Amino acid sequence: MSPEAHRKLRAAIVDDEDLARQVLREYLAPHTDIEIVAECANGFEAVKVVAELKPDLAFLDIQMPKLDGFEVLQLLDPAPAIIFVTAHDNHAIRAFEVHAVDYLLKPVAADRFEAALARVKERLERLPEHRSLHGSSHGSSAADLAASARPPSEYVDRIPVRDGTSVVIIPVAKLDYVEAQDDYVALVSQGKKHLKQQTISSIEAALDPSRFLRIHRSYIVNLERVVRLEPYAKDSYVAVLADRVQLPVSRAGYSRLRGFLDR
Amino acid sequence: MHPILGQFRRMVLYLVAWIPLAALLAFLMTATRAIGLREALALAFPLCFIYAFVCLSAWYPCRVTPLEHTNLAKFVATHLSGAVVATALWVLAGRLLADELAETSSFRGLDHLYTAEIPLLIGTGILFYLLSVAFYYILLGIEASRDAEARVLQASMLAREAELRALKAQVNPHFLFNSLNSISALTGSDPSKAREMCILLGDFLRRTLGLGEKSAIPLREELSLIHAFLAVEKIRFGPRLQMEESVDPQTLGVNVPPLLLQPLVENAVAHGIANLVDGGCIRLSVAFRDGDLSIVVENTFDPEAPLRRRNGVGLANVRQRLEARYGNRAKFGAGANGTSFRVAMEFPAEQEAIAS
Repeated sequence: MSPEAHRKLRAAIVDDEDLARQVLREYLAPHTDIEIVAECANGFEAVKVVAELKPDLAFLDIQMPKLDGFEVLQLLDPAPAIIFVTAHDNHAIRAFEVHAVDYLLKPVAADRFEAALARVKERLERLPEHRSLHGSSHGSSAADLAASARPPSEYVDRIPVRDGTSVVIIPVAKLDYVEAQDDYVALVSQGKKHLKQQTISSIEAALDPSRFLRIHRSYIVNLERVVRLEPYAKDSYVAVLADRVQLPVSRAGYSRLRGFLDR
Repeated sequence: MHPILGQFRRMVLYLVAWIPLAALLAFLMTATRAIGLREALALAFPLCFIYAFVCLSAWYPCRVTPLEHTNLAKFVATHLSGAVVATALWVLAGRLLADELAETSSFRGLDHLYTAEIPLLIGTGILFYLLSVAFYYILLGIEASRDAEARVLQASMLAREAELRALKAQVNPHFLFNSLNSISALTGSDPSKAREMCILLGDFLRRTLGLGEKSAIPLREELSLIHAFLAVEKIRFGPRLQMEESVDPQTLGVNVPPLLLQPLVENAVAHGIANLVDGGCIRLSVAFRDGDLSIVVENTFDPEAPLRRRNGVGLANVRQRLEARYGNRAKFGAGANGTSFRVAMEFPAEQEAIAS
C-alpha cells in the first residue's frame, strides 16, 4: 500500500436535518482515518462547499431544499465518492446508475454504515487518484450520468448549473437553446449563456422531445422560440429565434424541424 | 335496445304469450254469431301473429315518452295515435287475409262475414296495443330501478374505495423512517429526548390506527392528532417548523371525517417546510361560516423547489372524501399564491350527536 492510501479521508455530510447529520457524525467518530470537513444543510451549500473543499467522500441526502441529491451530484465535477442516505427506497436504481458507492436507508444501521465505508475505502484504494473516481477513466462523468439518470418517462423541468461556487437553476420553459462546446454545453436562457459540463446528447435525452429538438450536431432548440426557417446557402438553412438569434440547421435537423413546423 | 326484438328466447316466449290472446279473440269472434269457430280460428291466429309484431313497435314511443317527464296530453296523444295506427294496419291486414281466404273453397264468403267482425277487431286492437304499452312501461320501470340500484352501489363502492385509499395513505412510511432516524440520533446525544420522541410517535400512531375505523370524530380529536404529529416533526425539523393556529372554540365539537386534516398538515410539512432552508410556518384556521365549517390550511413553500411526485395525492384524497360524504354541499380549493400554498374547504357542520 502506498502512503497515499493512509492519509485521512475527507468527508462531507449533506442533509437538511440536524439529527440526521448527527447520526452520521456519531457513526464516523470512531474512524480516526476519516475527517469531516463540512456539513451542509441544503443543496446549494453542498455544491459550493464540495467545489471549494473537494472532499473524497460525501454523504448525500436526496430530498433537500433547493436542490435534490441528484441535482447536487450533477454539479459536482470532479465528484467525490457518493453514499446516498435517504428514507426513500425508490431512488436506488438511479443511485446505482450514477455510480454511487452505496445507498443507505434511514434509519441507518451501524453495520450497514460500516459496510458502506469499507466499500468507499476499497474503491478509493483501487484508484490511484481519489478524485478521479468518477472521471474520464469511467467513460461518462458522474455529472453527466446524474443529469441523464431520471425516473423513466419523465423529463426534467429544470436544469441546475454551477456558476463558480453558486448555483443557477434554469427552468426548461426559459431555455432558448443549447449549444455544444467541446466537453461543455452552453445553455442559453433569456439572453444569458450558462456553461455546464455535460454532453449535448445527455441533455437531449433529458429534455421533453415534444418541446426540444436537436436541429444540428451542436444545437438543440426550444421549439416555441423558433419563428421561421430561412435558406442560408445551397441545401442549408438557419432557424431564426424570437430574439433574432440564428442557429444552423443540419439536413437531418431540417427534416425533423419541418415535421414539427408543418403540424 | 329493444327488450324483445333481437333476443331469440324472449321472442319465442313473447309469441307464446300471444296464443291465449288469439284464442280469446277467436272466442269473441264466434260470439257475434256471424262466423263459426273454424273461420274464427283461421282469422284470429294469423292476425294475432301479425299483431304481435306490430305491438313490438310500441316500445319506441314508450322509450321517448318516459312516464315521469311527460305531460298527460302528450302521453295520451302519443299512445292513442300509436294505437289508432296499429289498429288500422291490423284491420287492413284482416281485410286482406279474409279476402285471400275467401278465394279458397273452404272459406267461401268469408270476405263478407269479416265486415261484421271489424268493430270487435278495432276494440281488441286498441286494447292489445295499450296492454303492450303498459307492459313496456313496466319493463322500463324495472330497468330504471335496476340502474339506480347499480349507481347507488357504485357510488358507495367508490366512496368506500376513496376512504380506504385515504386511510392507507395516512401514515406516510417516510415520515416513520425519518422519525426513527431522528430517534436513533437522539439515543446517543440526548436519551431523554429520544424517549420523549418515542412516546410522541407511539401516541400519534395509536391515534391514527384507532381513528381509521370511525366514520366521524369531533374536531378536537383531529386537532390533537395533528398536534401529536407536529410534535414529532418539530423534533425533526427544530426551529424550521413553526405552527400558528386560530380555531374557534365553538367548532371543537363539530363532527368531521377522521384523518381529514392530518394529511394536509403532513403535506404542508413535506412539500412546504422540508423544502425551505430556513423553514416556514403552517397556519391552520377553523371557523363557522353560514352554518358550515370552514377550514384553511396554509403554509409557506418554495415555488422553485424540486418537484416531488407524491404531491397532489393527499389533496385528491381529501377532495374525494369530502365529495363522497357531503356531495355538492362541500367546497374544496387548493392553490399557490407566491410563496404560500393554501387549502380551503367548507362543509356542513354536523354537531356531535352520535357519541362515537
